[in-house]
Amino acid sequence: MIAQILVDGITSGAMIGLGAIGLTLTYGLLRFANFAHGEFATWGAYLALLVAGAIGPADPLGPLTFGWPLLAALAASMVLTALLAAALDGVLFRRLRRHGSAITLVIASFGASLALRSALEFGFGPQPWYYTRDIAMTVRLGPGMRATWDQLAVLGLAIVLMLAMHLLMTRTPLGRAMRAVSENPDLARLAGIDPARIVRVTWLLGGALAASAGVFLGVTVQLRPSMGFELLLPLFAAAILGGIGSVPGAMLGGLIIGIAEAASVPLAGAQYRAAVAFVVMLAMLLVRPSGLFGGRGG
Amino acid sequence: MTALAVRDLVAGYDPALPIVRGVSFDLAGGAILALLGPNGAGKSTLAKAVAGLVTVVSGSIHLRGTPLGDVPAHARLRRGLGFVPQTDNVFAGLTVAENLAIAAAILPRAGRAGRIAAMLTLFPDLAAARRGAAGRLSGGQRQMLAMARALIAAPAVLVLDEPSAGLSPKLVGVVMARLRDIAATGVAVLLVEQNVRAALAIADHALILVEGRVAHAGGGATLRDDPAVAALYLGGRHAA
Ligand SMILES: Nc1ncnc2c1ncn2[C@@H]1O[C@H](COP(=O)(O)OP(=O)(O)O)[C@@H](O)[C@H]1O
Ligand SMILES: [Mg+2]
Repeated sequence: MIAQILVDGITSGAMIGLGAIGLTLTYGLLRFANFAHGEFATWGAYLALLVAGAIGPADPLGPLTFGWPLLAALAASMVLTALLAAALDGVLFRRLRRHGSAITLVIASFGASLALRSALEFGFGPQPWYYTRDIAMTVRLGPGMRATWDQLAVLGLAIVLMLAMHLLMTRTPLGRAMRAVSENPDLARLAGIDPARIVRVTWLLGGALAASAGVFLGVTVQLRPSMGFELLLPLFAAAILGGIGSVPGAMLGGLIIGIAEAASVPLAGAQYRAAVAFVVMLAMLLVRPSGLFGGRGG
Repeated sequence: MTALAVRDLVAGYDPALPIVRGVSFDLAGGAILALLGPNGAGKSTLAKAVAGLVTVVSGSIHLRGTPLGDVPAHARLRRGLGFVPQTDNVFAGLTVAENLAIAAAILPRAGRAGRIAAMLTLFPDLAAARRGAAGRLSGGQRQMLAMARALIAAPAVLVLDEPSAGLSPKLVGVVMARLRDIAATGVAVLLVEQNVRAALAIADHALILVEGRVAHAGGGATLRDDPAVAALYLGGRHAA
C-alpha cells in the first residue's frame, strides 16, 4: 500500500510541480500571488480538448487511451495558454503593477480567475469531460503497486518538461537573466537586461507549463471547469514549500504535496485530502518561511 | 571629448521633493572625478540618476555627446555607462562566472570570452572563485566582481558608489589603485566616496555636494593640500 501511495503521489505531484513552476516564478519576479494561475491549467486542458477534437479520432498509442492527436493538442494548448497568460499580464496586471497596490493585484487576479472559469463553464457546461472514454489499462509495477499506462506516460512527459525547464534556467542565457531579475531587478537593469522582456517570457513559460499540468490532469482524472481552481492551494503549497522563486523547489514541493495528499487518503479519509496541502504549507511557513531552497533566485 | 556632461540636473524620488537640486559638471575620458559630501547630501541619488534608476525632473545628462534622457536604465550599459551601486552590487545567488556572463551578454558573441578573460586577469582573485556563488565572496572580492561586471563591456564612463565602504584600509588602497589603472586606459571615472582621503589621493577633480547642490568644486590636488576646505564641508574626521 505504501508503494501504491508513492506511485499515485508522484504522478499527481509531478503535475502539481509543473503548475507550481509558473506560480513561483511570477511570484518571485513580481512579488505578487496570482490566484488566476490555476485557470491556466484549466484552460490548457479545455484548449487541448478542442484541438484534439478538431484533429479527429486516431488509434491509441500502444496501451494508452489516447493517440497522437492529444500529443499535438498538448503542444498547441501549451502555446495558446502561454499567449493567454502573457495577454492577461499585458492587459491587466502590468497596468495595475504601475499604479495599483499589491492587494489590488491580488484582488484583480481573483477576478480574472473567476472570469476565466465562468467562460469555460459557459462554453462547456459544468459536467466533466474526458479526452477519451476508453478504459485505462493498468500495469503491475511490483508487489501491491499498480499504475495505468496513462499515468506512466504523463509522468514521463512531466519529467521531460521539468528537466527541460531546469536546463533552461541553469544553462541558458535566458534562464540566467531570469534568475538575475528575480534576485535584483535594479542590478539586472544595470547589467543590460530589460526586465519587461523577462516578465513576458516568464508568463509565457508559466502559462505553458500550467497548461501541460491541466492536460495531464485531464488524461488521468477528468476535465472540469473548477479543476484548476482546486489545484491552486496545492500549487501555492508547493511553491512556498520549495521556496518562492525556486524552480527545483517548486518541483520538489509538488512531489511532497502530491505524496502527502495520496498518503492522507488511507490515513485520514478522502474528505481531508484537500486540507493536506494547507497543513503542509502552514507548517512550512512556521518552521522555515523561506522554503526548502531558501527562497529567491535558486 | 567630454565623456559625461551633467547640466542643471534636478532629480529625486518624488518630483515635488527633489534630492539633487541643480548640479552641473563635465567629466573627460581618463579623468577621475570624486563626488564627496556628507551623508544624505544626494550623492547616491545623483549617481542613480546618471544610471537611469532615479527620475530626472529637469536638466540633462549627456554620454559622449548623446542625451540619455529617453534611454532606459537597461540600455545604458550598451551606450557605454557602467555603474557599481553601493549595496547589493552582485547577484549573490549566481556564480561569479554567471555574474560576468550576464554583463558580457550585451557584447557580440565572438568578443565575450576574451572580455571575461581580461576581467579575470585584471582581478585575479575572481578567477579562483569563478564557480562559486557570488554571495560567498568576501567584501573585497565582491567589490572586485561588481567592478568587473561594470567594466566588462568596456564602458566609456564608470560610476562607482562608495566602492571603499566596508573594506579594510589595505583593500581600499587596492581598489583605488585599480581605479587609477582603469582611468589610465581612457575610462572616465565618477567616484562617489565617503572616504575623502582615499578618493582625493587619486582624483583629478572633486565636487563637494551639500544638500543636493555643489558647495565646492576644484582640483583634487587643491583639496588635498587644503584640508580646511574639506573639513569645512565634510567635518574634520575624514579630512584630517
Ligand atoms: N529610495 C529612496 N526613496 C526616497 N528617498 C530616498 C531614497 N533613497 C535616498 N533617499 C533620500 O535622499 C536623500 C539623499 O540620499 P542619498 O542620495 O542616498 O545621499 P548620500 O548618498 O549622499 O548619502 C536622503 O534624504 C535620503 O533619505
Ligand atoms: Mg550614498
